[in-house]
Amino acid sequence: MNWSKYSAPQAFYPLAGRLIPWFAVVAVALMGVGLYMGFFVAPTDFQQGESYRIIFVHVPAAWMSMFLYVVMAIWAGVGMGLNARLSFMMAQAIAPTGAMFTFLALLTGAMWGKPTWGAWWVWDARLTSELILLFQYAGVMLLRTSIDDMRRADRSSAVFSLVGVVNVPIIYFSVQWWNTLHQGASVSMSTGSKMAATMLMAMLIMTVAFWFYSIAVILARVRCIVVERDSLPVWDEKPAVIQEAVEAR
Amino acid sequence: MNRSSMWEAVSGIVKRDLLLAMRRRSDAAMSVFFLVIVASLFPLGVGPEPAVLRTIGPGVLWVAALLACLLSLSRVFTADYVDGALEQMVLVPQPLAVLVAGKVFAHWLISGLPVVLLSPLLGLQFGLDGAPLGVLVLSLLLGTPTLSMIGAIGAALVLGVRGSGLLVALLVLPLYVPVLSFGAGAVTGSMAGIGGEANLSLLGASLVLSLFLAPWATAAAIRIALE
Repeated sequence: MNWSKYSAPQAFYPLAGRLIPWFAVVAVALMGVGLYMGFFVAPTDFQQGESYRIIFVHVPAAWMSMFLYVVMAIWAGVGMGLNARLSFMMAQAIAPTGAMFTFLALLTGAMWGKPTWGAWWVWDARLTSELILLFQYAGVMLLRTSIDDMRRADRSSAVFSLVGVVNVPIIYFSVQWWNTLHQGASVSMSTGSKMAATMLMAMLIMTVAFWFYSIAVILARVRCIVVERDSLPVWDEKPAVIQEAVEAR
Repeated sequence: MNRSSMWEAVSGIVKRDLLLAMRRRSDAAMSVFFLVIVASLFPLGVGPEPAVLRTIGPGVLWVAALLACLLSLSRVFTADYVDGALEQMVLVPQPLAVLVAGKVFAHWLISGLPVVLLSPLLGLQFGLDGAPLGVLVLSLLLGTPTLSMIGAIGAALVLGVRGSGLLVALLVLPLYVPVLSFGAGAVTGSMAGIGGEANLSLLGASLVLSLFLAPWATAAAIRIALE
């Protein structure tokens, strides 16, 4: 089978349309299982009580926020290297979902921090680098929307996301060292191996659920971008809205 | 192409940019005045207690230096972009990344070096003295070229884009975070008695990394802006 034909937006559009329901169904099913396990099966934490249960949303969201930035940068790099329009469209489609997960991670972190640390926000290394990640997502999206020429918008935001991907680990370590200078390790979230098996399982299921959700949403957004950029093409599979718009012309 | 022609091209660009800056001296003076004014506003805002000023001094001076660099970024490429000189630079046989490095070096000489030279004076205003003052100067000497290098990427990305002044700040400021935390960290470390050497080494590493990667990214951004 010749996969490269799907690098053309016209061929990818119907393929994405067929894939979206599958990813969406799996995402919803896994989210149901993961949340049930997280809220009802997993044991209560003996120190934090019930409030710890937000980690079943918080940790997967934080993982996805970083993972999606790297994926976005990879698509941007592929777009620069191969000059492929669809890659830039993928990068464009990933940014809002990544920013959403970053915001979700910060929001749920604040909700967890208030009862646990007694503060909505502390200048912890992870919080700070997550905040800066949000700024970088905002930068990528703002740069794109400020440039009218689509080709330049694609390539400029690709360069910026690639610069950002070099910077994210440096930022993470810089704030970590900066933080240890100012205050001791009073705050640590690393409970990884000490975690109960059901907790870990619920968290991993939620991560896969978020992953599938991201794929479904990103594919749907790519379809919108394809339609937007190629100004109502006449393809085999047309959403009703486009059909009406074409007929109205 | 031989090495001497490349060197001639770079030194030519540096000389030209310095000459242009000498012709419009007020432009270069503005970012220095900006630094002095911003640094002087903080004691008026937080109060004159020497202990407080000493604590916030390194951070305030570093943020002020960072903002001064940010404000001068539009001068790196804009004039050349408008009058077409940038297009000529893309067309010459010497690699664009090397010419970009020359332009950024000139920009640092015009707007970064005055900040470094002025910093002991501003440090004294905030009650820094002795070793921390020396570390402040050294950290700015190592850090401001990195700021110019990273800033040039942003300046090239927003060439000819509407609202470029604000946009470049939004793009570049998050990228400045490591330099800021290393730089201010070196000074606070030296004040706390644990020495600033670790952070100074990290600043040096950032400078080397940005010297290696930033001209290349900037050249890519310029080509994108001109096509």
